[in-house]
Amino acid sequence: MGIILSLKKRFGFIFRWIFKKDKMRIGIYGPPNAGKTTLANRILRDWTGDVIGSASEIPHETRRARLREGVKIEVDGKSLTLDIVDTPGLATKIDFHDFLKFGLTEEEAKRRAKEATEGVIEAIKWLDDLDGILLVMDSTEDPYTQVNVTIVGNIEARNLPLLIVANKIDLPNASPARIKAAFPQHPVVPISALKGLNIDSLYKAMAERFG
Amino acid sequence: MEGVQLNLISKERLDKMPSMEKLRMILDSVKEGKIVVLESGLTPEEEAKLIELTMLEIDHENFVGIEVESYPHREKSLFSRIFGKKGGRLTVIGPANRLKTLSKQEDLITALVQLGE
Repeated sequence: MGIILSLKKRFGFIFRWIFKKDKMRIGIYGPPNAGKTTLANRILRDWTGDVIGSASEIPHETRRARLREGVKIEVDGKSLTLDIVDTPGLATKIDFHDFLKFGLTEEEAKRRAKEATEGVIEAIKWLDDLDGILLVMDSTEDPYTQVNVTIVGNIEARNLPLLIVANKIDLPNASPARIKAAFPQHPVVPISALKGLNIDSLYKAMAERFG
Repeated sequence: MEGVQLNLISKERLDKMPSMEKLRMILDSVKEGKIVVLESGLTPEEEAKLIELTMLEIDHENFVGIEVESYPHREKSLFSRIFGKKGGRLTVIGPANRLKTLSKQEDLITALVQLGE
């Protein structure tokens, strides 16, 4: 079983290339508060008129992966059907004290922390069932975090197509160039999911990368 | 003498250990407040598994997680892609309440180790 899984991971890209699917399942990954749900909502609002969930300034707002199937994107006459998975933010530590700063009671903070740990595990498990990844990074933050390094390493190990989304370019101290320098082997698209800045370039890159 | 214990583990020792034994050893040491330095690091899959195990062991009182310091994985050659030979890079792992990253660049990591609680 382990050998089959290992072969699937190692040579999956060949099978994906030969047996191209009609529909790609794309996971939206990243650390907490990078703007994953805001991006998922932007994509869905633009192409289905719907949203996937609520975003919040409190970290770990998304604590269960959310799946939206059959999102059809059309770019330059090219059509692409995606299943979008909005995953909980990945982290190596979750301290309930961090949530108290946002006015949560101790009980609420502890519950949120417990659910967040379960969400991280769920996000990691989803990696084995995806055809491509949108990795969302906050352009105002240092991109060399362990979470980013671990996600990129795992995507490379699985040979999955990856598109890095340098989010929050509407903020004054945003630096998408820092992300490009940190991960030069992968395409980086600077956007603001909140304001919709450069979002057409993202759809074009998605069509090229996942189509 | 008071201080924080550092466990520096050689590549030779790591190569002999199965993944789960390696991860268990790391997590047990970190939960005891020790800092673990791995000469050859972990594979991306092992890093993900370590995060999973960490999440399962967070008790929200004494153990709130880990801090991991390592460099981005080097791009794999065709040989290593085919034969699956992967090598991690120097990695430091410690308890999140004791080890703190100050800055991280492609080739330089600066971290702070807190001595007392």
